[in-house]
Amino acid sequence: MFNNPVLTFIQLMNGISLGMNLFIIAAGLTLILGVLRVLNFAHGAFYMMGGYICFSLVGLFAGLPGGFWLAVVGSAIALAAFAWVVETTMLRHLYDRDHLYQLLFTFALVMIISDLVRFNWGTNVLSVSLPNGFRGATDLGISFYPTYRLLLTGMGIFVAISMWYFVNKTRAGRFVRAARQDREMLESLGINVGRVYMLVFVAGSALAGLGGALAAPAVSLAPGMDAEIIVQCFIIVIIGGLGSLGGAFVGALMLGLLKSFGVMLIPNFEIVLIYLMMVIVLMFRPWGLLGKPEAK
Amino acid sequence: MITQRNMILLGIAFVALALVPAVSGLFLVYLVTEIMIFALFALSFNLLLGYGGLISFGHAAYFAIGAYACAVLLTTLGWPFLFGFGAAILLSAVSAAVIGYFCVKLTEIYFSMLTLAFAQLVWAIAFKWVAVTNGDTGFTGVAVPGWMDEPVRFFYFTLIVLAVCAYMLWRIVNSAYGMTLVATRENYNRAEFIGVNVRRIQLVAFVLAGTFAGVAGALFTLFNHAVFVENAWWTQSAEVMIMSILGGVGSFVGPAVGAAILLILDRSLAEITVYWPTVLGIILLAVLFFFPEGLMGVAKKAGRKGK
Repeated sequence: MFNNPVLTFIQLMNGISLGMNLFIIAAGLTLILGVLRVLNFAHGAFYMMGGYICFSLVGLFAGLPGGFWLAVVGSAIALAAFAWVVETTMLRHLYDRDHLYQLLFTFALVMIISDLVRFNWGTNVLSVSLPNGFRGATDLGISFYPTYRLLLTGMGIFVAISMWYFVNKTRAGRFVRAARQDREMLESLGINVGRVYMLVFVAGSALAGLGGALAAPAVSLAPGMDAEIIVQCFIIVIIGGLGSLGGAFVGALMLGLLKSFGVMLIPNFEIVLIYLMMVIVLMFRPWGLLGKPEAK
Repeated sequence: MITQRNMILLGIAFVALALVPAVSGLFLVYLVTEIMIFALFALSFNLLLGYGGLISFGHAAYFAIGAYACAVLLTTLGWPFLFGFGAAILLSAVSAAVIGYFCVKLTEIYFSMLTLAFAQLVWAIAFKWVAVTNGDTGFTGVAVPGWMDEPVRFFYFTLIVLAVCAYMLWRIVNSAYGMTLVATRENYNRAEFIGVNVRRIQLVAFVLAGTFAGVAGALFTLFNHAVFVENAWWTQSAEVMIMSILGGVGSFVGPAVGAAILLILDRSLAEITVYWPTVLGIILLAVLFFFPEGLMGVAKKAGRKGK
């Protein structure tokens, strides 16, 4: 297969664009996991909601110029609002409990959300058409490549850079990093940690909504898409290291490339390879490739 | 604890179960058989969660290994029943030993994630190793020996297996080993200070739990005449966790009660509404926020108040 440079190039691009889309979603998950220490199984359900809400909003904004982009922003906002309600009414009362209870709470959310989606949008496969101006393919010199997938790649990189800037260069980002390291110390310095938690949960969920909305034209919307994506996001977060944004970026790229090239190298068994990679990382570096081991 | 009262209660439960086929129709026989299988699965899981404080997120793996091994050994390889059934359970135990060896090195959230990762690996193999497992379509047409291939007979077979396994688990959690396991849950460091090899204690619990999950899986194959790849998917691990929490992880029989309630609700509500997951989600939320000790916890409190 590598003797066909065009095919190899296309698979490379596929891997990167898939990885970048996954990164947007996994970044939200790793942010929540790193700060709140909650293994959020509902993150995939949030992604699914993002996709479906985008579908409805595209219909609503059909006449407007740039309607698709309004729908994407709208989906992220809708998920942020939903997450705010979930956090303030329920999740925040569980932070002090064993992480088992938080896990079960996110399960309950998964079950309720997947029913909500079924109830509201039915079980038929839905699709969102590509936005104007991104329908065709772009000439990259070596070959043509779908423009929308290039855009997905660009969005992933954009999100990565803005998040890096936010976490490392801004005052609010410092609080996020501090909350990740030592909640009690931050609290005793007079920071409202509860609010940091709430905002992180809201922001992380908005990223899931954004990722779902952006993916909507590239995938088909169907029940069950949440279970698939959450497992992939867990793999990314585990490989990269809990709470590490850089790790999520590397993990997402690795997963995307492994998926696109694995299909060519060992068709059918690429999925086994992916889980094997996760198991090996956990066995030898449980804190992930770019994470830091926890002080005992 | 092994008290006379508890033994009498369990004896009554056993007799009551044994009478089910005599007094009811086939529907109930099937339902109770399934409940008994999942009760065993939940009891095995609670050895880890309730007694060891180990939040395994991949308990479905051992259930699925037992189930697939039983199907393949009896059907594809045509082994005699006792050998096939026994070997399937042994294979679950060995897999649990290998996987557990790596998992117990990690703690808390990392332990949960490694168990999940291994379980997904098992799922991926079951999904893609089509030649052996028949992949996505599932392994159907399992060669169940003729002498048990009848609902009432299979009911009694399951009941006896459950009774034997539950008795063994009961003895295990009340043995010196069981007490030590609880000690490692209560305080990892202190247990280590007094000379307990915590990792080995946890590994033994992992293997025992995996073995009994394998028994449940093998029974499930015989019951259904089929195994499906969904039985290895993470939602199955979630389900057994929900059963245990619902019933109460602080009590020996709690998870079995949880399994019964979940399956009864599932069957009865599925006829009324298609939104059964929402109902389950709401029940789960109620348990989390109002009855964190599960139904058995509530029952115990009520019992204490009555006195």
